[in-house]
Amino acid sequence: MEDPRKMKSFLVSTKAVFLKDWRSELRTRYALSALVMFVLTTIAIIVFAFGGESPSQEVLAGVLWVIIFFSGMSGLARTFVAEEERGTSLTLQLLSTPTAVLFGKLAFNVVLIIIVNTLAVLLFLFFFSTFRVSSVGLFVTTLALGSIGLASASTIIAAIIARANTKGSLFPVLSLPLLLPLLMTVIHATSLSSEGAFFSEGLDDFRILVSYIGAVTGVSYILFDYVWKD
Amino acid sequence: MSGKIKNRRLKQVLGLWTTAVIILALGLPMVAHPSHWGELPLIPGLEQRARIIFFHVPTAWLSVIAFLTSMWFGIRYLRKKSPDDDIKSVTHAGLGLLFCILATVTGSIWAKFNWGSFWNWDPRETSIFVLLLIYGAYFALRSAIDVEEKRATLSAVYSIIAGVIAPFFIFILPRITAGLHPGSADDVNSGPVVSSGGMNASMRVIFYSSVAAFIGMYLWMSNLRIRATRLVQAQELESRKQ
Amino acid sequence: MIDLEVTALAKTFNRRSIFRDISVKVQSAQTLRVIGQNGAGKSTFVKILAQVLTPTSGKVKISRDGRVMKSHLHNLIGFVSPYMQLYDEFTAEENLLLSLSLRAQTVDSTAAKNLLGRVSLGGRSNDQVRTFSSGMKQRLKYAFALIHRPPILILDEPMSNLDTEGIGTVRQIMKEQQDRGILVVATNDHSDLEKFDHQVDLSGRP
Repeated sequence: MEDPRKMKSFLVSTKAVFLKDWRSELRTRYALSALVMFVLTTIAIIVFAFGGESPSQEVLAGVLWVIIFFSGMSGLARTFVAEEERGTSLTLQLLSTPTAVLFGKLAFNVVLIIIVNTLAVLLFLFFFSTFRVSSVGLFVTTLALGSIGLASASTIIAAIIARANTKGSLFPVLSLPLLLPLLMTVIHATSLSSEGAFFSEGLDDFRILVSYIGAVTGVSYILFDYVWKD
Repeated sequence: MSGKIKNRRLKQVLGLWTTAVIILALGLPMVAHPSHWGELPLIPGLEQRARIIFFHVPTAWLSVIAFLTSMWFGIRYLRKKSPDDDIKSVTHAGLGLLFCILATVTGSIWAKFNWGSFWNWDPRETSIFVLLLIYGAYFALRSAIDVEEKRATLSAVYSIIAGVIAPFFIFILPRITAGLHPGSADDVNSGPVVSSGGMNASMRVIFYSSVAAFIGMYLWMSNLRIRATRLVQAQELESRKQ
Repeated sequence: MIDLEVTALAKTFNRRSIFRDISVKVQSAQTLRVIGQNGAGKSTFVKILAQVLTPTSGKVKISRDGRVMKSHLHNLIGFVSPYMQLYDEFTAEENLLLSLSLRAQTVDSTAAKNLLGRVSLGGRSNDQVRTFSSGMKQRLKYAFALIHRPPILILDEPMSNLDTEGIGTVRQIMKEQQDRGILVVATNDHSDLEKFDHQVDLSGRP
């Protein structure tokens, strides 16, 4: 990647992979509709389950991320599984380098999960009036880093399970152990933001999140060739 | 022929060694102020329950070592594509899962008597729980892929990713939950047991003898399993040809 | 000038050898025919040539003007096969332009339209591929494989699903490719490519 010409062609084809998935999503709405419906139904169930109780901020922070985790599990595998199910993986292999495919699809998943998470948070604020976000900067940063981290770990796992037989049920099983450190950290940071902590108090969590994203993306970059090509 | 006899000797030594460790670990007296060889210290708050350290800690260590070994053979498989590396990788993962379950069960029973409940989400309990999840996911993935080369490649990739992410727990867990465990930094009763202080010389000798016994058993079991798997696979290949 | 060199190629599935020790060297303006009964590994072999499958052992070396190419080999290869699928929800033209943009090449919609005319799909260029018959899809695959002017064209079962007109077009495409670079054809039907410079026979192996 030292060669600037190669770098440019990598960026151009990464963008092309992203745009292809995005245009395809706009036409078919496979992932987006599943994700939005998932968020809606889950929040409805939780509202009924609490039945007028007002749970503590810590519980609410946990519940918010449980919704986000499972909605991610219902939609983030789509980008790789769809290629495999429709038999277009081979076509994509003929058209592009593995690295461009990985980063294009990672970008697609990041955008998708940010849209869904924004929606989830808005609905959450609407339905749970006791949920406070006292430090907005801290909360938004946590949400952004959490979304990117969730997308980065799910993208490589999605690429792996797309090659297996039982795709749907395998996705959360493989993802959970890898996402636990992320979830623990974002839940911690989210309850900090509810307590009205200063932005600087979240820096430790952000450092962990950034290094998590770096480590996962790095190891995906190194190993993706083995996953993508038989 | 001589190899076979040597192997049998080694097995006999291992059996005697393990028996001695069990007898000493359970039989030696615990006293408040040990002054002779063969007397174990009575750690306040743990008392007789401290004897679990001879069995529980080695299994927990081995479950981590087995994971790293399995990952190592996974990396070798990706580089050389030799089916034998995959056999080794899956064997070590299988034994790792076994030791992981043993560590969880022994620890959990002990916790019931020491802390009053089977599970407390202490950082080390959480770590071993995550390790169990990773092992579970690894075998779930393997059972979902038919083509052997693909199965070997993808499970190796998964274990490497897990190996890269797992160290994050070291930084995260102590900040999220308080440690109850003997040997946690914030344990007020006994302090770090294995690394310093808590053990006297006799206890240390038995503890490391037990670690050695467990490692010997681990090597013996993995060797046996690898050879058996090779035979099974060779026979499968033979029957497929006919 | 393009060279395709295969040395000691072997592939195993489930530890069973599909083929092994296959070596062949093809140069510009030459053709390679790959034959063998069903299950002999023709598709596996051409997929390895097309860089979408990694061999268990052995090497595929592609060199251009004497220089060995290490990366972006996919841009040197055009590939047509019955099991390859195009993007259903995109139109014929969009599929061709997608190929160019994913290869980071200039997106040229006139070239795409000309090529679609060539395979008699000019009138359907703005229809989604999902509405196409299997014969039309097969013709579209030829446009898809040629849009980036690859020096190596690999065809697996080239005539499947095609009518007489389509077969004529494909014969013409094959002839042009022989003048321009390397043509590889994997087939059971020997009449698909009667004159060839090299042949790999996978039957009866290993």
